[in-house]
Amino acid sequence: MLVPLLRQYLSPHRSLLIGVVVLQLLQSTATLYLPRLNADIIDRGVATGDTGYILRTGGVMLVITLLQVVCAVGAVYLGARTAMAVGRDLRAGVFGHVMDLSQREVGRFGAPSLITRCTNDVQQVQMLVLMVCTLLISSPLLIVGGVVMALREDAGLSWLLLVAVPALVVAIAAIMVRLGPLFRVLQGRVDTVNRVLREQLTGIRVVRSFVREGAETRRFAAANADLTETAMRTGRLFALVFPVVTLVLNVASVAVLWFGAARVESGDLQVGSLIAFLSYLVQILVAVMMSTFLAILAPRAAVSADRIGEVLGTEPSVVLPTAPTTPATSRGVVELRDVTFAYPGAERPVLSGITCTAAPGELTAVIGSTGAGKTTLVNLLGRLFDATGGAVVLDGVDVRELADAELRRRVGLVPQKAYLFAGTVASNLRFGRPDATDEELWEALRTAQAADFVAAMPGGLDAPVAQGGTNVSGGQRQRLAIARVLVLRPEVYVFDDAFSALDTATDARVRAALAATVTDATLVVVAQRVSTIVGADRIVVLDGGVVVGQGRHDELLGTCPTYAEIVASQLEAAA
Amino acid sequence: MSGRAPAPAAPAGAPAQRPGGFRGGPGRGPMAMAGPVQKAASFGPSFRRLIGRLTPHRGRLAVITVLAVVSVACSVVGPRLLGDATDVVVAAVGPAVLDRGGLERYLLASVAVYVVSSVLLYGQGVLLNRVVQRTVQRLRSDVEDKVHRLPLSRVDSTQRGDLLSRVTNDIDNVSQSLQQTLSQALTSVLTVVGVVAFMFSISWELAIVALLAIPLTLAVTTVVAKRSQPLFTAQWRETGILNGQIEEAFTGHDVVTAFGRREEVRARFASKNEELFTASAGAQFLSGTIMPATTFVGNLVYVGIAVLGGTMVTNGSLSIGGVQAFIQYSRQFTQPLSQLGSMANLLQSGVASAERVFELLDEDELSPEPAVEPARPDGETGPGAGRIEFEHVSFRYSPDRPLIDDLSFVAEPGQTVAVVGPTGAGKTTLVNLLLRFYEVGGGRILLDGVDTATMSRGDLRSRAAIVLQDTWLFSGTIRENIAYGRPGATDEEIVAAARAASVDRFVRSLPEGYDTHVDEDATRVSAGEKQLITIARAFLARPGVLVLDEATSSVDTRTERLVQQAMTELRRDRTSLVIAHRLSTIRDADLILVMRDGRVVEQGRHEDLLAAQGAYAALYHAQFAGPAVEGDAVEGDAVGVDAVGSGDGTGADAGTTAEVTAGPAVLDPAAASVTDVGSAPGAARGDAPAGGS
Repeated sequence: MLVPLLRQYLSPHRSLLIGVVVLQLLQSTATLYLPRLNADIIDRGVATGDTGYILRTGGVMLVITLLQVVCAVGAVYLGARTAMAVGRDLRAGVFGHVMDLSQREVGRFGAPSLITRCTNDVQQVQMLVLMVCTLLISSPLLIVGGVVMALREDAGLSWLLLVAVPALVVAIAAIMVRLGPLFRVLQGRVDTVNRVLREQLTGIRVVRSFVREGAETRRFAAANADLTETAMRTGRLFALVFPVVTLVLNVASVAVLWFGAARVESGDLQVGSLIAFLSYLVQILVAVMMSTFLAILAPRAAVSADRIGEVLGTEPSVVLPTAPTTPATSRGVVELRDVTFAYPGAERPVLSGITCTAAPGELTAVIGSTGAGKTTLVNLLGRLFDATGGAVVLDGVDVRELADAELRRRVGLVPQKAYLFAGTVASNLRFGRPDATDEELWEALRTAQAADFVAAMPGGLDAPVAQGGTNVSGGQRQRLAIARVLVLRPEVYVFDDAFSALDTATDARVRAALAATVTDATLVVVAQRVSTIVGADRIVVLDGGVVVGQGRHDELLGTCPTYAEIVASQLEAAA
Repeated sequence: MSGRAPAPAAPAGAPAQRPGGFRGGPGRGPMAMAGPVQKAASFGPSFRRLIGRLTPHRGRLAVITVLAVVSVACSVVGPRLLGDATDVVVAAVGPAVLDRGGLERYLLASVAVYVVSSVLLYGQGVLLNRVVQRTVQRLRSDVEDKVHRLPLSRVDSTQRGDLLSRVTNDIDNVSQSLQQTLSQALTSVLTVVGVVAFMFSISWELAIVALLAIPLTLAVTTVVAKRSQPLFTAQWRETGILNGQIEEAFTGHDVVTAFGRREEVRARFASKNEELFTASAGAQFLSGTIMPATTFVGNLVYVGIAVLGGTMVTNGSLSIGGVQAFIQYSRQFTQPLSQLGSMANLLQSGVASAERVFELLDEDELSPEPAVEPARPDGETGPGAGRIEFEHVSFRYSPDRPLIDDLSFVAEPGQTVAVVGPTGAGKTTLVNLLLRFYEVGGGRILLDGVDTATMSRGDLRSRAAIVLQDTWLFSGTIRENIAYGRPGATDEEIVAAARAASVDRFVRSLPEGYDTHVDEDATRVSAGEKQLITIARAFLARPGVLVLDEATSSVDTRTERLVQQAMTELRRDRTSLVIAHRLSTIRDADLILVMRDGRVVEQGRHEDLLAAQGAYAALYHAQFAGPAVEGDAVEGDAVGVDAVGSGDGTGADAGTTAEVTAGPAVLDPAAASVTDVGSAPGAARGDAPAGGS
């Protein structure tokens, strides 16, 4: 996954990359040339006391170093930009893709893991690119250059290269093979630490009320210990790399001297050449060692790339149409035609064979016991999922063929769990329609019975809202969520048990205000209580994922035993 | 690093082998580096604090130091032995015979030194890795611990993603920075010191020239670090902010999708992402320039030495061999020096992250628990106990807006106290105060005669169980989630609690039963079912005090009826505080508190309150209006909302309210016989069917 991912994300920065290669090439050439000048200064300058020569050669040397510095700095500049740009693009890529996924796919990965993949994993890949650009690109050049120079000095000793270099490569490979799987475990454990802490933050009231801080701390400590344990195991393997590399390097030098000595004795080799060969061997091995940085970074980056690839490779189950259709009419007629929905691999569908219609100017209610499939139905209407069978049709057009923006403008959803974003009251209300005026916001707030408490909040519309809306009460949160959808002014309103946290009086006022202001739209209300839907134009009774009754309250009482049972249970509760 | 290699072949111009940005290196050396301290205001303290966190590992650090000293010595001896071997070979040139025995001795000795050096290196690496990992483990657990000691209001206002970023990304960065800088700092410093000593032994004049490299390197490092420090700070700050955006966007994924706001969210993300790019590219670039710059300094010094050395050779004050040796050393000297420069910069990044972690650790905490033996009410925590008394309790966030104002009431053991009133009247705050999520501003709350402020929070809360409106399941099995209510509960107890909360039947219908894995985003469990699980949790806790905060609002009526029965059972002999919206559920309460504006405006039993014709009566009529009192119902509704709802400020527009709520007047007669009659929008439109039941 790493290679295709890098190929894809590096290609837009090809010119930067070429710049890096060119500059590194110049830089490395200077690096290879400088030792020659060093030697000249000693051999011809210092040895003879020729200050003039020293100054001249020193001058040349400084010019070359300066050139080298310029090239190196340039390479670092371009390299840093390339790497960070790849990181930026990858983050944007993962983030953008997750936004395209449906709730189902997001749920499968889990938000905490997606967060890690979008940040920490991207960071690992970015780091690899940075290292390659600023450092490793020159290694092959140095290796090749070194080999060429070494062969020129003495081909007779070159077999040592054939032993030393593979020995080094094998030793490193042996370590890396073990590191790979460990890194996978490591990233998984980063996920877990992230998840546990996130759960503690979201459930902090429960944790505190049940006095489970201790248990939570233990739970976190376990995740933390797991992570640390894996990090230490990888660390121990890591710690092997450098001693092994330096040992191979040093033993190779010893071998050169041992075998070289014989050749010097036999007159096949000059001492100067032997020393030069030694220098080049060391240079090659140092370059190989530098490449081991790649070997160190690569497994972790590869694991991260796989994890990123998993996300990027997940096809959104809700696919936006390439050639969207626009409905001829714009009224808000919602039809469910033999809709079935099943989770992949599930034994029985959550919903099956649902057929019903919701018309403009009418109130359609959906009722059923917990687990009957009501929320799934709502999610299908809002196209958070797609039906696995049948079709959800809006004004004669299958929602799957409707442009996303069009669908979102027409269908407004108030989910069961009112989620508010960190920001202000106004920024939350304008979420659906950014250009709404303040007056429109107030209007929506009044209908949602939220104008008074918003007015009382310090700052009014500009009052801060904490993430998730935790700084307002549950009832206030629901009313703001209702106001948010009212600002959108869709043709179809879908309320998924959206009044549950309101007290009865407020509930009644919201419903009444809704009825008064939203007169020509289609209203779909999922409810728990018969009392709230008795007046509906159409009541759809769900039980176990199928429609067991459809009609008005009085009709259903006689024809639908499930409905009658629900009504009876509520009467009984009242009695 | 290359100091270990015999005679580094790429000397003056050698590229950085341990660049500043490298992450996740091996352990090599201990201790804080003596690098230049940056001027950034908080760098010094944060740096010292970070180093301070290493002190528990003093012993290991000492061992690491010893290992480092020995391995540095090896790295000096090794090349020397190789040099001697070379001399043997050189001596063999020409007619002389190669001294094989001598060569063998030198070479074997050098191999031995190298093996020892590598083993030490490994030991050092393993130890250092341990020290660093334990240090960051501690850091992570401190942050987690801190979360439990922060006031709730602080946690509520935190951007979760940013906090999470501090634990994952920042601590990860601290770990990598520490690992790399510690691994090399000491080795580099020792090498520099050792080499300087050798240089002085040859020629003090040349040594002084060589020493010029130190202030020059320092200057370069300081100049760069000054500029990179704010960039690193920005990089990690932006990372946190971005993490916050990501976390929020993924959490609110449904809402974003449903409102078709993906493009906007993406655009907002892109702009932050771009800021992160700018900061991190800048920081990486700047720290990447240190190596080439210090290399240049090294070469400058090199030429200086060559010139001066050449002159000294000419006037006979120094031998050629001496100059050669000196030049050799000067290479060994500039390399670790520029490494130190790079490390100083890498440390900038690590300290910038550490600072974000410390910032969190320094947040104000909850007031400490009583230092002396905290007070404990006598008797058992179970049924029978649990007298709650609020004495002139007040609480406010901002001085001008009291949330609770002079609130007093008594709940006798076993009684059910219901709190009603409009949203925002202070009902939830009441619960927060009772359980000491918030501390009272004035007055006191007594539990069984003991001021709760003098009890330990844990003891207080363990006497109460709470079911909240926002369900919370952690990632685990259903069994584990229910067992959360009481550690050590047996399977039978868990199942019994599940039965009591009507959750058993549903759980058994799942293929994996109680072992079904659930979490926050669980799609296999509906909101109502999640609620039931949290109710089962409270059952299991068997508390003396029960707090139900709008608990059953997401449960369908069929299920709710079962829950109601179970609740009645659970409430028996337990003091219960019920925050309810549906007045039907609280008619049998022993005490009903009607709240408004943070005050109790009425209290009493259902019948008494109805008879009093006050706020409660108005509220009740609004909810239970039947056709017989149709006219009154409208009136009642408006009045009720007015009377009780002025906490919301509705008083001013009571007239409009009456108009708006005129709808319910046309109530479906059928509805009259149904509990909790609200106004159906359909009915309000006047197109309600006229049917009856």
